[in-house]
Amino acid sequence: MAKITLSKLAHSYGANPQNEADFALKEMDHVWEDRQAYALLGPSGCGKTTLLNIISGLLAPSHGQVLFDDKDVTHAPTTARNIAQVFQFPVVYDTMSVRDNLAFPLRNRGMDAAYIQSRVARIAELIGMEDVLAQKAQGLSADAKQKISLGRGLVREDVNAILFDEPLTVIDPAMKWALRTQLKSLHGEFGHTMIYVTHDQTEALTFADKVVVMLEGRVVQIGTPEALFEAPGHTFVGHFIGSPGMNFLDATIEGQQAIIDGQMIALGAHYGALSGRTQIGIRPEFIRLNKKEGLPAIISRVEDVGRHKIVRAQVFGHAFNCIAPEGMEISADVMYVTFDPARISVFADDWRVEPNVKKAAA
Amino acid sequence: MQKTVNQKAWFLVLPVFLLVAFSAVIPLMTVVNYSVQDTFGNNQFFWVGLEWFSELLHSERLHAALGRQIVFSSIILAIEVPLGVFIALNMPQKGLWASVCLVLMALPLLIPWNVVGTIWQIFGRVDIGLLGHTLAALGIDYNYTQDPLDAWVTVIVMDVWHWTSLVALLAYAGLQSIPQAYYQAAKIDQASRWSVFWFIELPKMQGVLMIAILIRFMDSFMIYTEPFVVTGGGPGNATTFLSIDLVKMALGQFDLGPAAAFSLMYFLTVMLVSWVFYTVMTNLDKKAGL
Repeated sequence: MAKITLSKLAHSYGANPQNEADFALKEMDHVWEDRQAYALLGPSGCGKTTLLNIISGLLAPSHGQVLFDDKDVTHAPTTARNIAQVFQFPVVYDTMSVRDNLAFPLRNRGMDAAYIQSRVARIAELIGMEDVLAQKAQGLSADAKQKISLGRGLVREDVNAILFDEPLTVIDPAMKWALRTQLKSLHGEFGHTMIYVTHDQTEALTFADKVVVMLEGRVVQIGTPEALFEAPGHTFVGHFIGSPGMNFLDATIEGQQAIIDGQMIALGAHYGALSGRTQIGIRPEFIRLNKKEGLPAIISRVEDVGRHKIVRAQVFGHAFNCIAPEGMEISADVMYVTFDPARISVFADDWRVEPNVKKAAA
Repeated sequence: MQKTVNQKAWFLVLPVFLLVAFSAVIPLMTVVNYSVQDTFGNNQFFWVGLEWFSELLHSERLHAALGRQIVFSSIILAIEVPLGVFIALNMPQKGLWASVCLVLMALPLLIPWNVVGTIWQIFGRVDIGLLGHTLAALGIDYNYTQDPLDAWVTVIVMDVWHWTSLVALLAYAGLQSIPQAYYQAAKIDQASRWSVFWFIELPKMQGVLMIAILIRFMDSFMIYTEPFVVTGGGPGNATTFLSIDLVKMALGQFDLGPAAAFSLMYFLTVMLVSWVFYTVMTNLDKKAGL
């Protein structure tokens, strides 16, 4: 178990990166604390897998360093790092039995037979495959194979970290929940540093203590699920986290007010002068629909998801999602929306702007 | 649903039927016809039943040729399959050199059989051949026209030169289809190079290797042109394989009856061995799949 430090880390697949766009991973400094469960969240192609492979040593970064505790392992091979990694698609050794598959990483490290046996039994129980241990891995279904892959990732106790690269993609939804819960409790039990790559926000938010959100090779925010929801650091985080995501409106910010098309909107705090494109963001959960006051909204569709209603609307020509309580009557005529001032976030050029604390207090 | 009866459909099958009849069925039946008769020229034929078959089954000449054939096929399989796999493992995965290697590997496969024979026939000659002359200059007593062992070595090296590429290319295709994740997982699991070969690469190549072995077996078991051009089956009968023996019997001695019986048994043997081989291999596959 170890703390993993990424120092000025960047990676480009090409030999001579000319500008930022050539980097699959933009320069980053980040510390993965020991014994934490992280989720690495982002859309496909944002560099999650690249980052994971750099940590596990399958890929050498073109710039910067990787440290385990205080040891520089940037160019150390995978075998020297003592890391477990589970891949997106199941990798099993077809000709081996399930038991041998699980024992393989331990045997390669010369563990003694009694220990291997007890460890394999424990892991088999964990992934629910005790009764197929003697079978060949070849004929098993895709999700059974992926469970074996997971098991091989978990079988070693002394690993520095366990990396999961979208490991539950091929597993059916019910099993997904069960396995994710298992992983989570396993983390509680053994306290391995775990990094879990996914593009599914639910998976990320339920698994991790801390979520690292990536976009186009850059880490845009690191925080608890709550922080990502309450105070997204970037418009992308606001949009990506939440169902539906945050709504954005271009606005001019003046002190404690946002002005949209001549309409004043009260903000929860005081902001200094901002430059660039300024926007306010508000989550659908904190919007009130009413017939009297606020910004005019044209309702285009209402989706009843049972617990509440999702109202799809247009505000100043922008698509806007609001969440209305289940009992609320929504008529098709023009309505108005008001925002909870304390829940409005302000962004300048897509990045979150923190309010001016002194003036707000004054 | 009512089936439509339309006898005209037979006309659509007719071209294929005729083609197969003239290209395979009729010639084969001619051979069957010869195999049960004796002829004394003048197109006089006498019915002899299965006499030729029983005679050939006890013929020492045939037994010897069959023995040589089995030894030859075994040796070239034992060399070409491991060597082909070894070459495939060491070929570059991608880039310019991968293409260069592929083209170089494919070259021997494009050369006609009798040209291959001629190349080696000249290459091995002691008076003018590069190989033969060099060996002689080095003081090695090499002469494929007189020494049976030298003749065997020449014929085997020639076959390895000609056909290892095929095994290598098939194995290479098999290797290329292995997803990178397998190699990455093996690294994570700290698998040795040997384990990677034994547990990942070999199982994934199983299908193509089976095809390679099957093709190389059939081809080598029926080999004719190359050894015929190089050694003519000699010295003595040292490199007289089944096909060469068959041609000697049919065209050299004009023993049409025995040659026809020989052909049929030869044909059935190749088919039988290939079938057994294929069945065993696919069954292994199925068992593993349980």
